Amino acid sequence: MDKELNDKIGVNYNSTTQAIYEKGLSMHLFKFLLLFIFFPISVFSQVHETKLSNGMRILVKEDNRSPVVVSQVWYRAGSIDEVNGKTGIAHALEHMMFKGTKSYKPGRFSEIIAAAGGRENAFTGADYTCYFQQLEKSQLPLSIKMEADRMQNLVITEEEFKKEIKVVMEERLWRTDDRPTSKVNELMQSLAFVSHPYGRPIVGWMDDLKNMSYKDAQEWYDDWYAPNNAILVVAGDVKHKDVFKLAKSHFGKIPAREIKGRKPQIEARQEGIRRASLKAPSKLGYIQMGYKVPALDKNLNNDSSDIYALEVLASILSNSSTSRLNRNLVNTSGVAVSASAGYAMLTRGGLSLFEFYATPSEGINDSEIEAALKEEIAKIVNDGVTKDELNRVKTGVIAGDVYQKDSVFSQGMLIGQLETMGYSHKLMDQYIKNIKKVTSKQIQNVAAKYLIDDRLTVVTLNPQTIDPNHKSQGKPHVH
Amino acid sequence: MFTKQILFILLIINFNYVYAGVKINHWITSEGSKVYFVKTDHLPILDITVSFKAGSARDNSSNNGIASLTNHLMLMGSDGINEVDLANKFSDIGAQLDSGFDRDKSSFSLRTLKENQEKAIQLFNLVLHKPNFNKSIMDREKKKYLASIRQGETEPATIGSKAFMKTLYGNHPYGLPMSGTVDSIQKITSSQLKEFYDNFYLSNQAAIVIVGDTDVKTAKDISSKISTGLPKNLKSAFYAKVEKTEKKNINIPHPSAQAHLYFGTPIMKRGDPDFFPLYVGNYILGGGGFVSRLTTEVREKKGLVYSVYSYFMPFLENGPFQVGLQTSKDQIDQALNLVKVTVKDFIDNGPTDSELEAAKSNLIGGFPLRLESNKKIVEYISMMAFYDYPLDYLDTFSENVNAVTVNQIREAYKKRVNIDDFTTVIVGIE
Repeated sequence: MDKELNDKIGVNYNSTTQAIYEKGLSMHLFKFLLLFIFFPISVFSQVHETKLSNGMRILVKEDNRSPVVVSQVWYRAGSIDEVNGKTGIAHALEHMMFKGTKSYKPGRFSEIIAAAGGRENAFTGADYTCYFQQLEKSQLPLSIKMEADRMQNLVITEEEFKKEIKVVMEERLWRTDDRPTSKVNELMQSLAFVSHPYGRPIVGWMDDLKNMSYKDAQEWYDDWYAPNNAILVVAGDVKHKDVFKLAKSHFGKIPAREIKGRKPQIEARQEGIRRASLKAPSKLGYIQMGYKVPALDKNLNNDSSDIYALEVLASILSNSSTSRLNRNLVNTSGVAVSASAGYAMLTRGGLSLFEFYATPSEGINDSEIEAALKEEIAKIVNDGVTKDELNRVKTGVIAGDVYQKDSVFSQGMLIGQLETMGYSHKLMDQYIKNIKKVTSKQIQNVAAKYLIDDRLTVVTLNPQTIDPNHKSQGKPHVH
Repeated sequence: MFTKQILFILLIINFNYVYAGVKINHWITSEGSKVYFVKTDHLPILDITVSFKAGSARDNSSNNGIASLTNHLMLMGSDGINEVDLANKFSDIGAQLDSGFDRDKSSFSLRTLKENQEKAIQLFNLVLHKPNFNKSIMDREKKKYLASIRQGETEPATIGSKAFMKTLYGNHPYGLPMSGTVDSIQKITSSQLKEFYDNFYLSNQAAIVIVGDTDVKTAKDISSKISTGLPKNLKSAFYAKVEKTEKKNINIPHPSAQAHLYFGTPIMKRGDPDFFPLYVGNYILGGGGFVSRLTTEVREKKGLVYSVYSYFMPFLENGPFQVGLQTSKDQIDQALNLVKVTVKDFIDNGPTDSELEAAKSNLIGGFPLRLESNKKIVEYISMMAFYDYPLDYLDTFSENVNAVTVNQIREAYKKRVNIDDFTTVIVGIE
């Protein structure tokens, strides 16, 4: 699922990278692997935690390898909390958080962090919104002070909002409307989830953005931006006691507010396959298939064997170049230019999708590529997986745990994501143990139980050649 | 103002402390490979990156794509071991193999747990020394290249950057698409790949960077084994000089909702004497995230774009200076004019004192962030090694940035950056 996107700005401009198409797709997958397959489990045993009297939680991971620090403020407010007609408001407010407070004029936050040598950004997901700064360690007080300021003193003016919502609309055009595979994904989510808010795009529908006002942003801020709905995560070369003291002095004074109740919005039972196709300019086709599956229960005492089996299955299908989908569909039969799978086992919304993505080779039609993907599922159901495949996943998880500790930023990310999604630290003590317990038989069982047509949504791209008569001659003309 | 200066002094003190953490050991192997080793012992891991002057600048128009395909095929089987078995051998010990490719450089990276280091390096050396270049695998991968190239012909960003580089560089290989063309890819043979490897994956032009939990003696042994197994050719040439081409205005129609702008010209190569004034100046003009002039004018004040940027990309030979943005088609003229006015004003008048102060404070104060992890250290030192940066580059970076004056920036831009030379490519114009 598209669980997270929309940095305040997309900064990955490398004009020399004319990436191979499948590399682009595997980047999409990389996100899943990084966040949901290779947990740095041992990170969590050393997390220091406290709670301020206003309900705000502070989590600190000490790591003194380098004199840097990352500070992240997470709000339990994402697109999942939006209502119809106001989709995209969580993300629009994220943009407005840089537009000034009672003490700082618009843009000043960024100027101050930049002058302190910092890097900063923010991102909005379905489950949360996060603001972060990376700094040389002596600058942490600056970051804490300014985040505490914009948690309570944001000024949202009509004038600034009108400009910024145009920026958000440009962002939507760039991220979604001009990218055929993003549009397929958007349609896929909206078809798979009928009553659950995961069906709505995080960036929002264009028409909702056009009709959004500064009052909607103010309402969102008033509803969710309170210390008792936020978590501060600090990772890096710090002492946790110093961070606790610092946090208390800045965030501690902000009064708690009542946070309005959240409706469960449980997805209605799916009864039969759902299909759609989408036309867009493209040479190659594209298919995305999503099976509705559960996410890990928040109560970690409940049976989670299905979840871990799905987790290992996703990895066996598409963790590396020799995983099943790439080996069988791309390299051996050649029906696809790229093929991968992904599963987000952790969500705040309580359910998830087990997804397949493939770009068919030229001459392969939609039903052939769909059949080829389903054939891989059938092989799992009938024959299970090999011992070598299981061992490779387990080895990768253990090594990945060590590698992940190299990045202070991603250590902070994981803590923040888990906490805002509502999972307990204890999950981390169980993760490798539970992955190690997964058997071939369990994988066969979950494939047979969940990867069935009654849970399936399929969206295919119907590639449109670019009309050569679209204005001028279609060839570059020089003047 | 006063607080900022205080801040600045504090940062410099901390800055020196950082370098205690990144001590570079440097030597040259008997085969002529440059080696850079940084010992870090906090985590039981080892990273190695080996770079070669075997980027797409080695292509010509008839074999365009050969450098990329060679790099790509090197991960697909070695020493007679097929691609699946080879990849599984890495996975079985939790080791990660990766490759990188651009116009100048082809590189390979290994990440391994210390406990499996010996096995992992043996496998890594097979990849570097004995690529199979199997014909049937090559034919299969060529089909993927063709699919990707044809797909790129429908994507505004790919269309735009290809047209831009082609216009800037004319017949120079920097102007060729890095992954080749439909025609040129089809003609490449597996024996050409082998020949390309023998000619350009040279021990005497390789840069080896080792970072992690090991000692100098072991690192010397590792580098010597990497170096000895590589082809050797002392006479191999470097890349061709960039000739000035005529600027053009190119408009390419596309049914996209946004128009994509590419605006710029070749300006400088690595090691350029004006590097610091141009680089610090660009932070102020369009490089510095949310606080640059371009972002302020085009995004913050007018709401025309989600992103607008400028950068210098110095190559071994003259690389481009480029401004880029995407905006709704009906706003492209307005956005382009604003870009022109902003760039022109910067060239004519340079930055203000306070802008320069803020830029220095960011670049110097933020320097530790570039070296905060083993991964970042190996990437940064690899760049230094490949482009022959002086060994004290890290130690002198802050002094060099700090020495830049408003006047130097103004002079450097006036002398080097002429907006009248800029090529304009717009994809998706109405």
